Amino acid sequence: MIRSELLQSLAADNPDLRPEEIEQVVDIFFEEISARLAEGGRVELRGFGTFSTRQREGRTGRNPRTGEAVDVPPKRVPYFKPGKEMRERLNPEG
Amino acid sequence: MDSMRSVGTLTRADLAETINRKMGFPRSESLDLVEAILAKMCDAMADGENVKISGFGSFVLRDKKERIGRNPKTGVEVPITPRRVMTFRASQKLKDRIAKAS
Repeated sequence: MIRSELLQSLAADNPDLRPEEIEQVVDIFFEEISARLAEGGRVELRGFGTFSTRQREGRTGRNPRTGEAVDVPPKRVPYFKPGKEMRERLNPEG
Repeated sequence: MDSMRSVGTLTRADLAETINRKMGFPRSESLDLVEAILAKMCDAMADGENVKISGFGSFVLRDKKERIGRNPKTGVEVPITPRRVMTFRASQKLKDRIAKAS
C-alpha cells in the first residue's frame, strides 16, 4: 500500500469529505509524528506501535571504495516498536 | 530510551486535536479519521502488504525463521516459533530532519 492508495481507501469510506481534505488530514497525521520525533519526543499509538528516537554514538567509519577512515559524528535516529495488537495480527495462529 | 529535551508523548488524541484545529472538523470525526488511517495501514499489513508513505517511511514485513532461544531466568532452551515482524524504515527526509534537529 502506498500513500495514494491509502488516500483512495479513506476517500471511499468518507464520501462526505473532499479528496483534498482527506489528503490534508493524512499530511497532518504524518507531519505531526515527524515533527514530534524531530523535537526529540515519542509518539505512542496504542495497538499500532510506538515511534521514538535513539542516540547513535559517533564512530570511525571507512570509505568502502578508498578504505580511507572517516569520522561519523554521533546522531539521533528514528526507531519504531510495533504494538502488541499489531504483532498478534501479523501472527494470527501464534 | 533517552530524549534530548523533555517533550511529551504524542497520542491519538493529540493528532485528532490538531486535525480538529487545522481542518475545523468535529473532535469525534477527527478521532475517527486518525483511527481510520491506522486501521487502513494495519489491515494492509495483516494482508501481507508493506506500507510505503513517501516522505515519511516504509513499514516492511519480515518473516523470521524458527530459532532457539533461552529463558533468561531459568536458562532453559525453548524454540522461538517462526513469526512475521513489522519493521519501520524511515525515509531519508525523516532521518535527515531528526539528525539535523539534534
